[in-house]
Amino acid sequence: MFDLDLWSEIVSALKKNRLRSFMTAFGVFWGIFMLVIMSGAGKALENGVLDGVKAFATNSAFFWTERTSVPYEGFQRGRRWNYETSDIDYIRDNVKEVEYLSPRLFGNNQAGNNTIRGERTGAFNVFGDYPDYFKIDRWTPAQGRLINEIDLIQERKVCNIGERVVEVMFEKDENPIGQYLKISGVYFQVVGVIHAETRINIGGGKKEETIIIPFTTMRKAYNFGNRVYFFSVTSKPGTKVSDLEEKLKTLLKDRHKIAPEDQQAIGSFNIEKEFVKFSALFLGIQGLTWIVGIGTLLAGVIGVSNIMLVIIKERTQEIGIQRAIGATPATVIKHIVAESVFLTVMAGYIGLSLGVGVLEILNQILLKGGDELFFRNPEINLTMALSALAVLVVAGIIAGLIPAKRAVSIKPIDAIRDEG
Amino acid sequence: MIRLNNIHKSYEMGSSSLHVLKGIDLHIEQGDFVSIMGSSGSGKSTLLNILGMLDNYDNGTYHLSGNLIANMSEKKAAKLRNEMVGFVFQSFNLISFKNAMENVALPLYYKGVPRKKRNLIALEYLEKLGLKEWANHMPNEMSGGQKQRVAIARALISQPKIILADEPTGALDSANSYEVMDILKEINDDGITVIIVTHEHDIAAMTSQIIRLNDGRIHEIIRNGELKKFQKSYIHGLETA
Repeated sequence: MFDLDLWSEIVSALKKNRLRSFMTAFGVFWGIFMLVIMSGAGKALENGVLDGVKAFATNSAFFWTERTSVPYEGFQRGRRWNYETSDIDYIRDNVKEVEYLSPRLFGNNQAGNNTIRGERTGAFNVFGDYPDYFKIDRWTPAQGRLINEIDLIQERKVCNIGERVVEVMFEKDENPIGQYLKISGVYFQVVGVIHAETRINIGGGKKEETIIIPFTTMRKAYNFGNRVYFFSVTSKPGTKVSDLEEKLKTLLKDRHKIAPEDQQAIGSFNIEKEFVKFSALFLGIQGLTWIVGIGTLLAGVIGVSNIMLVIIKERTQEIGIQRAIGATPATVIKHIVAESVFLTVMAGYIGLSLGVGVLEILNQILLKGGDELFFRNPEINLTMALSALAVLVVAGIIAGLIPAKRAVSIKPIDAIRDEG
Repeated sequence: MIRLNNIHKSYEMGSSSLHVLKGIDLHIEQGDFVSIMGSSGSGKSTLLNILGMLDNYDNGTYHLSGNLIANMSEKKAAKLRNEMVGFVFQSFNLISFKNAMENVALPLYYKGVPRKKRNLIALEYLEKLGLKEWANHMPNEMSGGQKQRVAIARALISQPKIILADEPTGALDSANSYEVMDILKEINDDGITVIIVTHEHDIAAMTSQIIRLNDGRIHEIIRNGELKKFQKSYIHGLETA
């Protein structure tokens, strides 16, 4: 039941005791404000890092070659070697756990400006890939299309280019689709401008400065023979990519006369392992947020109870007078508790709003920072915010109730005599 | 109106107990103007608290308007206080963050009277006591006499049967004291029982009955002829001073 008289009494009592009200409210305000900011910052870090990797197939593994470290079957240690195109078919035919597989060739980007168009030149990272690669490390076409199977089979001289390539090689209002780029001496037609969905970089360089051409075209045009520099695979659902990684390593060692005990010759990593690390990290951060958050909240609550206790002591006389002129103990308790709850809720609400406001401002600033930041979208879980507020309300009731009970247990006459 | 029969009261002070009232028999009629006198520690304030239902008594009986006042719940006591008794204190005991009008209106708030109505009534009472222009002033902006008049207005607003005043003039100079006593006299003329506790003879001399307490017992009750003598000596003494 809404009792207007009760509320106007409470508001006037609070208004007339500004400092006291402010001090009480500030403890709560600060507690919830800090909770919101901290939890938002933790979430922002999580969002920032996960945004960079979440589009990446978590069941993917990558392989490259290093010099051998163990002599084997007549070969000395320190041998340089490469995967071969025959490995692709062999793996496809014999390893059923593989879902997607994409070999990769690295183009020549040591020689400075490898890309020419009229009077424009640029140095970009050129890769020869299978279309399956787009399913492992997600790219989306901003314009045009992605490289497809037909490009691969017909060994078409087509390319997908990153956004930075467009900026450097084309006029502002020029449409790059259908135009030609001379890449290391060979002309390629641009069929798509592509945007990277992840910020995990394989093969070095910035993702916006990437040119991707069909694997088969690259092999033929630049005379790579049957060499393969790099493999990406994903495991089929139900298979652990770590297991697949080990299996493929053993198989590749066997096919290329590498000692089984050679730990160095095959370089590899899998995203699953990295994800586990990230997950553990964020679990840690969230746990910390909760611990510190609950601690801060508790400090706020204790602060409120403390101040309420002092206030009641200060108000003993006032309460005594009120009771002498006809206030029942229930009325007195109702007043004090309502005051306390009103204060905590108001302060909590302001803290919540202000905290969310600060996070929003932070978000706006971060948005201007671009894609490279590992800190984005600070946000707070609504349930968490509301439960924090609920805790405050309950705390407000208790914080009011304990001193109120104490206050009415004093005889009115003693209260009045208490010349504080 | 008020009938006390063999009232005992002692306070626990740690391990020892202090026997304050040692059997009080008292009978006060409706419309009386009574003062209770006695040296400090004689139990006069305790008696007043018991009369005002602010404190319990240990033994005996207390009838107020025919009702036995004993073992009441706080709630019932509060209600009865609100209906029957108006309090005036030595240190005024106004609520410091409420202005004069709100202070006067407070008892009506506890009765559930709506704000506008109770503030209007409060203004009426303030006007009766000549404080209408001070209605919006805070207690700390008023003189002692004015504060006590506000307190009296507050005591009167719930139209009580009894006004209990604990040293109402204790914190006032003599001019203000007499003014307050005049007001109490007027209230008494309207038929309300007024009981004051005081240790000032000249204040007591203005009442129609003086109860002297000594060591927790009624030492003497001065009225009628004896009162005249009492009044003569003290009011005379005051005039020559």
